[in-house]
Amino acid sequence: MTWPIATAELFPIFSYLYELLESTGLPQPWLAIVVYTFLAVVMFGVLALLALFLVWWERKIAGHIQQRFGPMRHGWHGWYQTIMDAVKLLQKEDVRVATRDKPVFFWAPVICFVAAFLAYVTIPFGEGLIVADLNIGILYVMAVTTFTVISLLMAGWGSNNKYALLGGMRSAAQVVSYEVPMVASILVVVLFVGSLSMVDIVQAQAGGIWNWYAFRLPFGPIAFCTYIIAATAEANRTPFDIPEAEQELVAGFNVEYSGMKFAMFFLAEFVNAFTVSAIAVILFFGGWHGALLPSWMWFLGKTFMIVLLLMLFRWTYPRLRVDQLMEFSWKFLVPVTFVNIIIAAWFKYAGWYW
Amino acid sequence: MPELRTEEFQVNMGPHHPATHGVCRMILTMDGEKIVKIEPVIGYLHRALEKICENRTYAQCIPVTDRFEYVTAMSCNQVFAMAAERLAGIEVPERAEYLRVIMLELNRIASHLIFYGVTAMDLGALTPFLYGLREREAIIDLFEMTCGQRLTYNYIRVGGVAKDIPKEFIPKCHEAIDVITEKMSDYEGLLNENPIWLVRTKGIGVMPAKLGIDYGVSGPVLRASGVDYDIRRDDPYSIYDKFDWKPAVHQNGDCFDRYLIRLDEIKQSIKIIKQALEGLPEGDIKAKVSPNFKPPAGEVYARVENSRGELGIYIQSDGGKKPLRVKMRGGSYCQLQALPYFGTNCFIADLVAIFATLDIILPEVDR
Repeated sequence: MTWPIATAELFPIFSYLYELLESTGLPQPWLAIVVYTFLAVVMFGVLALLALFLVWWERKIAGHIQQRFGPMRHGWHGWYQTIMDAVKLLQKEDVRVATRDKPVFFWAPVICFVAAFLAYVTIPFGEGLIVADLNIGILYVMAVTTFTVISLLMAGWGSNNKYALLGGMRSAAQVVSYEVPMVASILVVVLFVGSLSMVDIVQAQAGGIWNWYAFRLPFGPIAFCTYIIAATAEANRTPFDIPEAEQELVAGFNVEYSGMKFAMFFLAEFVNAFTVSAIAVILFFGGWHGALLPSWMWFLGKTFMIVLLLMLFRWTYPRLRVDQLMEFSWKFLVPVTFVNIIIAAWFKYAGWYW
Repeated sequence: MPELRTEEFQVNMGPHHPATHGVCRMILTMDGEKIVKIEPVIGYLHRALEKICENRTYAQCIPVTDRFEYVTAMSCNQVFAMAAERLAGIEVPERAEYLRVIMLELNRIASHLIFYGVTAMDLGALTPFLYGLREREAIIDLFEMTCGQRLTYNYIRVGGVAKDIPKEFIPKCHEAIDVITEKMSDYEGLLNENPIWLVRTKGIGVMPAKLGIDYGVSGPVLRASGVDYDIRRDDPYSIYDKFDWKPAVHQNGDCFDRYLIRLDEIKQSIKIIKQALEGLPEGDIKAKVSPNFKPPAGEVYARVENSRGELGIYIQSDGGKKPLRVKMRGGSYCQLQALPYFGTNCFIADLVAIFATLDIILPEVDR
């Protein structure tokens, strides 16, 4: 077998390690297990770093929007502030409510954390930089990211706190409602590519900016807009952050969590924000395609731009109310996405366009 | 299919809750996300201010009143000083009156800027908070320049004001109000036409004018319900009748109007300050008053319009150097007592919006 992260040219150390491993004479299934474990650790490290970076970046952006500096004390412009925060959270006492539902309370942050990372099995960070190119790629991502809602519901229930319960219930209602327009806007792209594989979707957008689905009129931009709205809700970010809503529910589902368990929720939130942005880039902005720079830089750069968009939403808009949120989804987003997809399917069938 | 059984449950909102602006506790009876009943529980911040005043001379009471309603501490100073002056028949020099009006109106702007930021923050928009506090900072700097304090001023004294303004005050004040006038368009641009802001505030928490009057609600909250009643104009005190301004009135009584009216009041206050700065006469800043003056026996009620409504002080004197009885009346208390009657039947998020736009400050409720 070869490395699933194929770019041995990019990171020659990988192929060297692989040869070393092969020379030990390990049988094939074991070899695969070792390789994938190694990959899992690498991905985990990369994503944890990304999440830490995003936290720092969000604080800087928020600061500059609000006419202040954000973190400034730790290093250049506070670059290791979030690392210190993580260390602080690690050291904190793990406060556990006496009346909690023990297993549910314990597993909720774990599931949230794992679900956030699972999606990265099939997200291509660059040309060939993908752990496994599943033929059901986008379907798989949609399926595993929805696990998050189970964990939020568990956190709400397990805490045995009314605010947490309200937060958990809200998040369940919200994610279920916004899953529909999100999938429906993704389907437009899937329809035209004819494949669910992430690599195929990116390859279909090769050859210049006008091949990116975000710029292919008229369905692309509409699908992108509906996607980004639904994705903001999926990632629980303002203006759709009603499960947390600190001014209403104190902190919503994670009100009883402290220390590392809270950090897991917190990091998972940022990983989720990165996931939905990465999917937006893959589906609508040509994934790793770009000129001159290496493909992974293009991918990361584009993804950070989408994350920036989410951050701008967060720091300029007020929060919607829970019923208005539902209304917006079912009465506006769902009809728009469905009309979009039906007309797109018609065009595809007639072979008129695209 | 069996019918789903639902039941109401109770949630304690407070005493420690991010949206209650202090230590207010509300026992909410909820049906899912809907609020069926609100039961405010007050007294967590009770400091017996009225009783403390009874054990101090009139001059010593002024710093206590700072703590009564610290967001607009100037008007608390003012109302106590006014009551004592009426009791003892003290004439205040004209320059002192002008300085008082300038300070009161600056303080009103500062309070409304906090309102702007905090209300937006309660509705989930975190940025306006910093914007509001940024301009407030300029006003607080003016106070610091004048009396050395940034929050509890102890500036307006019985018979006048504590200190004259420094030379650089007037240009700095002009500068500050020019900046605020300019930034008003920023504030309005950020929220006034924001669709999310509109759906969150329009038609939410409508307080009928009659309910407001019945429960003694006053100030901007009542004016947002269409009652054109402003103590500065209807029961003129100090020198408010010399200036050209008119109270802002809105008709709907919902959260959006309560928000708009504060922005309008900032504009009116700027108008008053400009006129007062122009007409500022030379002269004494304080009448000659003995520190231990003894007003004749009697009673007096003085009231001012502060940014939360009618702020009144009742003093009963037995002819001694200390007041026999002091009673403070704050607008927040009345607004909180009216809340259960128009704040129900809405979502918990709406309650946060209503509570924020009532602009309740808890020290004034609990005294």
